[in-house]
Amino acid sequence: MASRADVLASAEVLDKYEPVIGLEVHVQLATRTKIFCGCPTSFGAPPNTNVCPVCLGLPGALPVLNERAVELAAQAALALSCRVNAVSRLARKNYFYPDLPKGYQISQYESPLAEHGFIDIRINDAVKRIGVTRVHMEDDAGKSLHEGFRDSERYTYVDLNRCGAPLIEIVSEPDMRSSEEAYAYLTELKQRLQYLQVSTCDMEKGHLRCDANVSVRLRGAEKFGAKAEVKNLNSFRFLRMALDYEIARQVAVIEDGGTVSQETRLYDAQNNITVGMRSKEHAHDYRYFPEPDLLPLQIGDCWLEGLRNAMPELPGEKRARFVQSYGLREYDAEVLTQTQELAAYFEKAATVSRNPVEASKWVQGDLMALLNAQGKPIAESPVAPEQLGELLALVSKGELSGKMAKQVFARMFATGAAAREIVEREGMRQISDAGEIEKIVDDVLARNPKQVEQYRSGKTAVAAFFVGQVMKATRGQANPQAVNDLLKQKLGR
Amino acid sequence: MDIAQLTLDRIREDLIARRYSAAELATEALRLAEAENPKTNAYIHFCPERALDAARRVDGKIANGEDPGALAGAAVAVKDVIVTKDVRTTCGSRLLANYIPPYDATAVIRMERAGAMILGKANCDEFAMGSSNENSAFGAVRNPVDPERVPGGSSGGPAAAVAQGTAVVSLGSDTGGSIRQPASFCGVVGVTPTYGRVSRYGLVAFASSLDHIGPFARTVSDAAALLHAIAGRDEMDSTSAFAPVPDYRAGMNGGLRGVKLGLPREYFKGLASETGNRIEAGVGLLKKLGCEVREISLPATDYAIACYYIICTAEASSNLARYDGVRYTTRSASPPNLIDMYRASRGEGFGAECKRRIMLGTYVLSAGYYDAYYLKAQKVRALIARDFQQAFEKVDAIVTPVSPFPAFKIGEKIDDPMEMYLSDIYTITGDLAGIPCMSVPCGKTAAGLPVGMQILTNHFDEPGMFRIADAYERAGGFAGA
Ligand SMILES: [Zn+2]
Repeated sequence: MASRADVLASAEVLDKYEPVIGLEVHVQLATRTKIFCGCPTSFGAPPNTNVCPVCLGLPGALPVLNERAVELAAQAALALSCRVNAVSRLARKNYFYPDLPKGYQISQYESPLAEHGFIDIRINDAVKRIGVTRVHMEDDAGKSLHEGFRDSERYTYVDLNRCGAPLIEIVSEPDMRSSEEAYAYLTELKQRLQYLQVSTCDMEKGHLRCDANVSVRLRGAEKFGAKAEVKNLNSFRFLRMALDYEIARQVAVIEDGGTVSQETRLYDAQNNITVGMRSKEHAHDYRYFPEPDLLPLQIGDCWLEGLRNAMPELPGEKRARFVQSYGLREYDAEVLTQTQELAAYFEKAATVSRNPVEASKWVQGDLMALLNAQGKPIAESPVAPEQLGELLALVSKGELSGKMAKQVFARMFATGAAAREIVEREGMRQISDAGEIEKIVDDVLARNPKQVEQYRSGKTAVAAFFVGQVMKATRGQANPQAVNDLLKQKLGR
Repeated sequence: MDIAQLTLDRIREDLIARRYSAAELATEALRLAEAENPKTNAYIHFCPERALDAARRVDGKIANGEDPGALAGAAVAVKDVIVTKDVRTTCGSRLLANYIPPYDATAVIRMERAGAMILGKANCDEFAMGSSNENSAFGAVRNPVDPERVPGGSSGGPAAAVAQGTAVVSLGSDTGGSIRQPASFCGVVGVTPTYGRVSRYGLVAFASSLDHIGPFARTVSDAAALLHAIAGRDEMDSTSAFAPVPDYRAGMNGGLRGVKLGLPREYFKGLASETGNRIEAGVGLLKKLGCEVREISLPATDYAIACYYIICTAEASSNLARYDGVRYTTRSASPPNLIDMYRASRGEGFGAECKRRIMLGTYVLSAGYYDAYYLKAQKVRALIARDFQQAFEKVDAIVTPVSPFPAFKIGEKIDDPMEMYLSDIYTITGDLAGIPCMSVPCGKTAAGLPVGMQILTNHFDEPGMFRIADAYERAGGFAGA
């Protein structure tokens, strides 16, 4: 492949144009077995071992639809506010490829599983609605291995383990106007599917794959420009980079008096460019027709209602609840609902501490910092959410200063011990008792008459000296607020 | 033992009475089939080990006093489009000349469980496409009645095997008449059951929405017994029916009083006169047996051929895509690149009829033509099915000829595909409607060529169909009334 960067438009020129983006997202459903046979979907088995006559497409074999796959697909559709069709059909999409053993993919065409949905994304503090055209089910193809074998210059190897893995394709409307919006859409989509446990959405394993349809038009123009389909967007970062590249490329073509050709382009992450594929490779007439080996898929209201009721709280609902019931800022709610595990951790800590705002601060601050430093996910936190909650409760009651709490938390993280245990073992309790502090303050004032004189003659900055002496005498355990109050009281007299 | 004279019941009786063993029967049947095969080419290859294994299982059951099954000791031929584990399954195609499937078709499993012994794989038109069995990569099949003539197709091999007396019963497949037409040409009974009655799992697909597995036999009773053994819901085929399978033979009592028969006028135009006379005589006999006969009309019949050849070729173009030279199919020697490898392997591998149908089917599914052809054909198919539904409100069964003419000479029509397609005119409607239908012998022409009469009933009314056929057989109808 001759990979050379194209001429790109400058920022000022780009400003005259509006990008139009639609995404096609393929998601592998988290079923135990394949969509049309009983073979396992497990990843990493030796090549061509998770196969049977059905997924090998052997003569005479017939597909049988996996009910669990339909359940997961329908839940995904509901989570995207789609209308799930009472009757939908599977259809054959015909094309030749060595890793497609039947010579057709079983997909859905004229009557997909679900249609007319949407996803609301937040962009610059405003909500924008992105339409979801359709959600349909299909089987995955196998994998062609062009490299890594002794005789790879002469042969391509085919691994059919993935063949027949259950997929859904989620097609958006061309409603996105920037790479940021596309990024936000994909983020929200992924989050919802992960909440539902419909898919792991693991991009490295190919469980989430994204293609983008991109065109540009002069701002204010009504007609869409010719679009390019950009494939191979294997990470969120690549999605953004590929879109930005492709937008600038198309604008430059138009500015140069050329026309954008309708084509498929591959993103080359190494060089951060998009490369046109030879037209032969995508000039397909798929000759779709209803799959005669499978009956029409009928979905009853009761069945669908059952699925709806079994659905967990989705990220949007959770965010709204966190803002409303815990008084969190929108931004904090968004961070804390990134995954269900994180959200659950926060909620538990918030409940035990009785101080959700502090819990939010601590989870996002100290906890995340320590976890990130060790590369641990929230599920492996050595500090249980209840333990964090108890620590914060001690702070609220004034038994620990914020500074001490940080030290205690670091010990908790290192040892897994409870806050109270560490506080007691190390004598770190904060002294808030007024009588106890008063004795020490009196002692400090008595031993430093010169400084008392200075203070009284107007040099009030000396107060800090007294606070320091009191803290020294208490090994930092005196409640600083109480010390301040007492000093003012005594010196002002 | 004379295999040509044996029936399933007789074999069972003989085995239980220890007149001979299943192993002896299998050995003799294999010897006879191999000896006779050069005359007809009914078998592509034999599987003696498998037959003898099955025979030993039957003998073991009898020795233990267990029920050996309804098909115990039945020497059967299986059309080579039905897969058999570890036994080569060629579909009559060069592309699958060396293909050995790793699994058995559901019908094969059920048949063997009932005690059947598979002698070998029967010849057929390539991928079941043809009406004369001249499209086999393994040579044409000759009609046992007259070796100059075709046995019909595409199940020519299974029909010939039963007709020549090397198999007691056989399994064929029918998409547009591929069981009934060869049954009529060879003078045996051939049954196409209701769509979904027999699992298609393991039947190599030609046109999925029309493909059926069904039995050949020399008697109606044997055909019913074989169908009973293989019918019923199969988890491996989503289109297989849940409806229970009745005992077809229980209803066969010879009485047909008050049974209402319809003769569709569209099926009696342009009939060769000898064929017409035989059918007329057959209908006369049915009347004598107590049937009430009336003329009916199935007006959509005129569109059936066009409708059928659009739907079946469309589905075939997709079903045959997998024979691409990549894996189990014969690959063309040293292809320079992928696309050329596909072209060369398929170009060299497929015979003319398969190519013709793949091209037709690809065309009718193409963007811009789909609505005008495929979609329109589906609408016509619904009209044809409706015609039958309306007819069955008035009559219990419909009687028609199977083919406009008896067996023709080898080579006579092979260069005229249109003429060949028209020979399916009376059989494709049953497949399009998905209703049960069968061919029973109704005498011979002056030249001694068998003529077949078709009986069609409503969905899942195989019992009604078998009752008429059986009564007709008992009254001597097979020999001609
Ligand atoms: Zn499988």
